[in-house]
Amino acid sequence: MRARGYIPVAVLVAVLAAFQLLVSLTGQEFFLTQLTMSAYYVLAIMGLSLLMGYAGQISLGHAAFFAIGGYTTAVLGTLDAAPYRDGAVVQLLLKTGLASATDASGVHISPWAALGLAVLLALAVSVMIGVPILRLKGHYLAMATLGFGLIVNRIVLGARIFGEADGISDLPAFDLFAGLSVSGRPELRVSNYYIAWGIVVLGMLLLLNLVNSRPGRALRAIHDNEEAARAMGVDTARYKLYVFVLSAVFAAVAGVFLTHFNAGIGPSEADVMKSVRYLAIVAVGGMANLWGALAMGVTLNYISLRGYLGSFDDAFFGLVLILIMIFAPEGILNAGRARAIVGRVRALFAKIRSKIGGGGAS
Amino acid sequence: MSLLEVKNVSRSFGGLRAVDGVGFRVEEHAIKAVIGPNGAGKTTLFNLISGSLPCESGEIFFRGRPIQGLPPHRIAGLGIARTFQNIRLFARMTVIENIMVGRHTRARTGFGGAMLGLPSSRREDREVRERCMEVARTMGLEHEAGKEAGSLAFGRQRLVEFARALAMEPTLLLLDEPAAGLNIHETAEIAQVIKDIRDRGLTILLIEHDMSLVMDISDDITVLGSGKKIAQGPPAMIQADPEVIKIYLGEDDA
Repeated sequence: MRARGYIPVAVLVAVLAAFQLLVSLTGQEFFLTQLTMSAYYVLAIMGLSLLMGYAGQISLGHAAFFAIGGYTTAVLGTLDAAPYRDGAVVQLLLKTGLASATDASGVHISPWAALGLAVLLALAVSVMIGVPILRLKGHYLAMATLGFGLIVNRIVLGARIFGEADGISDLPAFDLFAGLSVSGRPELRVSNYYIAWGIVVLGMLLLLNLVNSRPGRALRAIHDNEEAARAMGVDTARYKLYVFVLSAVFAAVAGVFLTHFNAGIGPSEADVMKSVRYLAIVAVGGMANLWGALAMGVTLNYISLRGYLGSFDDAFFGLVLILIMIFAPEGILNAGRARAIVGRVRALFAKIRSKIGGGGAS
Repeated sequence: MSLLEVKNVSRSFGGLRAVDGVGFRVEEHAIKAVIGPNGAGKTTLFNLISGSLPCESGEIFFRGRPIQGLPPHRIAGLGIARTFQNIRLFARMTVIENIMVGRHTRARTGFGGAMLGLPSSRREDREVRERCMEVARTMGLEHEAGKEAGSLAFGRQRLVEFARALAMEPTLLLLDEPAAGLNIHETAEIAQVIKDIRDRGLTILLIEHDMSLVMDISDDITVLGSGKKIAQGPPAMIQADPEVIKIYLGEDDA
């Protein structure tokens, strides 16, 4: 990708730093908490944007991959592995430093090992369900991914190991390196804000590079005309699988980090409404628009996390999805389309007016 | 050995035998045409060769190697490119990006290398872009390289489709009604383009409705009617064939 494409990334970094300075100087650092959480959701949403907007494949089960990441680290992080101390796996983890034995209390598995396992699990599950379902198109793919999301949701709600309806809490912090720690403790707000957004920026760079490359062009080609892409030598089945797996891994990584930041996870993260929310945000952001996904992801998640929507939270995202599909199927964050939407809304009102006004005459 | 050999291939849709035991050869560096009225099975035949549809019976050899049953992307990888009767561009991608997708089989960069922006991936991408700009120039598309392909006029879109197929540097180019929807002037332009492509060493197999184009540029013609081969030979012989004349006079749109 040419250097030009990185300018928006630099602008994003500058805006993030400026915002942090502003809230720190005015003593309002509490704003950073929800922005940090939003950042992790944005990471999952960017992966979905790649899948839906660029490769043209729908997923109504993305919260499941987020939950796979979150629950993997939550289960392993709260587990006392002492009973398995002599087992080969725990021995290996201890030897490689991916688990630590604290004096008398027990054996703890490192979040790094949990992160690795979460990524592997997301990879394995997405390949397992991706191979059969990515042959499907349109509503059929939507329904199949929805079914997958429902299954994961039910497993999480029903299994004792996942804490059933209570979820898992008291998860220790994720100590990264150089004293950085993924944790929701108030005194770590600023560093966590930068950790979260640092990961988002990294993810954005990876995806921007991908979009403007040979595989990225092939993905967009599949979206525009699958048969022509095949005729040009693109192995469409393989590419669709790769992008599905990639988006699943993004969601799982986001799940791991947010779960450490929140010190726990509950079944709502695996709820189908979460998947709908991700999908709605990608749609508002303009499908094939990673920046739109980022902007709408942070805005809408922030509004929701601050509690402005109250108990209408899920209803709001459902409504957003309906309105977008009617008025702006290509999203609103697009100058040319914004004008078109205004035109379409006007035309609709004109039609309603003429129906009401002209109804008696005709 | 012929570059392409189609042997006794058949394909039905329901009870209709769309292609019924058709066979022919395409010699290297030739312009070979398959003609026939609507519904003669021309496009089905193309879809069988390019792998979009499986053959029910028969064999297809490319450079002596059987290719029936291979998926389309593998057949493309062997060096067979195609265009479509109703243009199938990647409408929301730019002209140059469309052409660059045509070069997919000639490049290696995968997901990992692309995401990390490895120097080797960047270098390859630059080379692909330069090479595709050259292709765009030979087709006179260099000034439209940055435009969205879907925004171009129909005749220009057809040239983009040609450029995309040529970027693959195929051995065999399949053209599905390249003159469909073009006016007389554009058809003459396309005829010249096809001859130029052949002169650069490619082999061309086209199916076409426009008789003047076919008679003008083809070396060898196979005529299909109702899925069966009716005649085969050089243009002069086909024009004089009473069977062919009968079919074509029996058709409204010939």
